[in-house]
Amino acid sequence: MIRDITIGQYYPSESVIHRLDARIKFIGTIAYVIALFLFDTFWGFLPALFWLGMIIVLSDIPLRFIAKGLKPILFLLIFLALFNLFLTPGEVIAEWWIFKITDKGLENAGFMALRLMLLVIGSSLMTYTTTPSQLTAGMESLFKPLGVFKVPVHEVAMMMSIALRFIPILLEETDKIMKAQQARGADFESGNIFKRAKALIPVLVPLFVSAFRRAGELAEAMEARCYHGGKGRTKLHPLKFAARDYISLVLIVGFVVGMGFMP
Amino acid sequence: MLPCIGQEEARIERDKALVRFENVTFEYIRRDEEGNVDSITTALDDLSLHIKKGEFVAILGSNGSGKSTFARHINALLKPTEGKVLIAGMDTGDDDKVLDIRQHAGMVFQNPDNQIIAETIEEDVAFGPENMGVPTAEMRQRVDDALKRVGLYKKRLASPNRLSGGQKQKVAIAGILAMKPECIIFDEPTAMLDPSGRRMIVETAQKLNKKDGITIILITHNMEETVGADRIIVLEKGQIVMEGTPRQVFSKGDRLKELGMELPVVTELAQRIGLSGCVLTREEFVDAYKKALR
Repeated sequence: MIRDITIGQYYPSESVIHRLDARIKFIGTIAYVIALFLFDTFWGFLPALFWLGMIIVLSDIPLRFIAKGLKPILFLLIFLALFNLFLTPGEVIAEWWIFKITDKGLENAGFMALRLMLLVIGSSLMTYTTTPSQLTAGMESLFKPLGVFKVPVHEVAMMMSIALRFIPILLEETDKIMKAQQARGADFESGNIFKRAKALIPVLVPLFVSAFRRAGELAEAMEARCYHGGKGRTKLHPLKFAARDYISLVLIVGFVVGMGFMP
Repeated sequence: MLPCIGQEEARIERDKALVRFENVTFEYIRRDEEGNVDSITTALDDLSLHIKKGEFVAILGSNGSGKSTFARHINALLKPTEGKVLIAGMDTGDDDKVLDIRQHAGMVFQNPDNQIIAETIEEDVAFGPENMGVPTAEMRQRVDDALKRVGLYKKRLASPNRLSGGQKQKVAIAGILAMKPECIIFDEPTAMLDPSGRRMIVETAQKLNKKDGITIILITHNMEETVGADRIIVLEKGQIVMEGTPRQVFSKGDRLKELGMELPVVTELAQRIGLSGCVLTREEFVDAYKKALR
């Protein structure tokens, strides 16, 4: 169903990781990504894998679900691995026609593929365990200091959450407009790519018009409910650090420092 | 001396009115690219009107009669070109009072989708109180209470996208209730709903008026919805052309038709078959019909 689309594929559960403060998860993800680039031998993967494995176990997310998340980058992964495999100079260990596999190439391909996989799994774990609204709230609070430099942090966060709310509505509307145009003989399926792109114009124009109309009405409704920017706003679900968040923070710092010592 | 006292009482009575329009004129000014005035449309024309606390007022009018412009003046989304609008004694022209006025007079709009801001129902209901800076503990209470009053408490964690049109409008009403308003303006809330959704919203509005004493201003196209009102005001070209109880207004069916409106179906039917008196509801129709048979 088009209504059920969520961005970032949230996997609902009540695990410890799900209940962690969104800010901690955000900081943890950034720290983890940095840590993945702190070592250059295979030994470094041991603690990284252990760390990732621990989070996966704690987060209650089935491995099947995580493997599914790797699918979109599968092509990129194979592509990069092959290039590394065949194009790295070094001592030749296998040779066939014009293809040469070198020891260095094998090492590079494995290293690169492993690092990329860990990178993607680690960062998607954040979106699996955090709802989009928690994520925007967390980012708003984390980036608040940027307000000093006149960065409109609250406004951007508000825009993100409104965008998230309207994605399913606009998708539904696109569907409706496409059907209406098809009923009048529009053809979206034949012809080359340019023809098809051109055929989308009668869909996009009404969609834009309606999106602007919606935006106007929404702005009016927000104003009618006393919206006047982020000043003096309180929250129904304020972000608050619990004991588990402080413990996680200590663990994250420990992990990154430890990774810094890996060869 | 006596007439003087009478006048004084009338003045006090008038000052007590929750919503006061004093000779309000509003013009939509359309400008061309160079900023010259292209055309002026007068949406409200020297309109004066008082609505008392606890009243249920229905505003009728054909398209372009100024109904929506009128509604937008009550919670300071629009400000009069001339004249004054006072809500609970506060002037909508006073910028410091705007937030206070919007808290006093909440507004439910026509399109259910375009007034829901958050991704879960309870967060959307909390949007108004959040803007007002209500402390979290009290907010929780207000949100739960508002959701219980419209009967959506069990669904509080669901996404608004899963609700029917009528339920979405109820979320919008709960969002206003959480702000503890004295007055709710409904701007054609049922225009995009199916019949069961319509009934749901009108019944909710009536309940809020009777049980909680909230002043209701219902703007509508649909005559059936106005039958339960204390007073009906008919607008045409930004002026009040008819005013009175539903019975008074609907007994002048010809005038209404001149203004481009239809009578409620039962009233029309009763008049066509020649029943005496002005019939407003099904029950009254049955009674009048039985009486006529005898």
